[in-house]
Amino acid sequence: MTPMLSTFLLLSAALFCIGLLAALSRRHAIFILIGIEMMLAAAGLNFIAFWRFGPQPAPPTGVMVTIFAIAIAAAEAAVGLALVIAVYRHYRTTNVDQIDQLKG
Amino acid sequence: MNSVAFIALAVFTLAAALAAALLPKLVHAALCFAAAFVGVAGFYFLLGAEFVGLVQIFVYVGAVAVLIVFTILLTRRETEREPGFHWSGLLVAGAVFAGLVWAIVKTGGLNRAAPPSVTLTVRQIGEALMTDYVWPLQCVGLVLTAALIGALVLVMEEKR
Repeated sequence: MTPMLSTFLLLSAALFCIGLLAALSRRHAIFILIGIEMMLAAAGLNFIAFWRFGPQPAPPTGVMVTIFAIAIAAAEAAVGLALVIAVYRHYRTTNVDQIDQLKG
Repeated sequence: MNSVAFIALAVFTLAAALAAALLPKLVHAALCFAAAFVGVAGFYFLLGAEFVGLVQIFVYVGAVAVLIVFTILLTRRETEREPGFHWSGLLVAGAVFAGLVWAIVKTGGLNRAAPPSVTLTVRQIGEALMTDYVWPLQCVGLVLTAALIGALVLVMEEKR
């Protein structure tokens, strides 16, 4: 039995939810970024799966979207990690529960 | 498409992703994160998108993982104890997973096998990037430049 399209979709759903778990449950800012990156990778996996199992148009749209998504994710990671360092310099912590200055 | 390779890759990727999400030590989690993205790149190879798999390995394992390790190095304090874990996130993630599985199972027409063979050369990708996708390519270049300059400005030492 070869893997079906729905198998890939279930797998990327599992990856997305693991990323969501990391982003929601961990209190360390770097873990939240790792979770967001995992959710982006799950979305990219879906694009590639739909491209592979679909009618495959002449410009490979799914592949293109995934390449652009990887580039955007890299930019997001660079800015996010720079923000973590800037916040750490200011507050001396990376625990997001302690960065609550804007709480009303 | 080989089902044994698929199952092995799926187990590897999900185990590494779970370890990255749950391990208490930051450095261990960062290494598991890199392993999980090697697994995702393996899926791209399995699906016939070799170029995207290579890009994934270069960008994530080569650049983002190293960036994360450096950030851990720059923000680590020995005295700080490990922050806690909110178990309510498990509830939300489980609910989202159940909803996604329900949607996938209920949607018709997803139980199809792959078309026999597919050829996607780097030449095709390059031609598409230079013709149909030239404006998105320029915009991504602009976004990357702005993001990297912004990241540099954010971490520059403040003058006092």
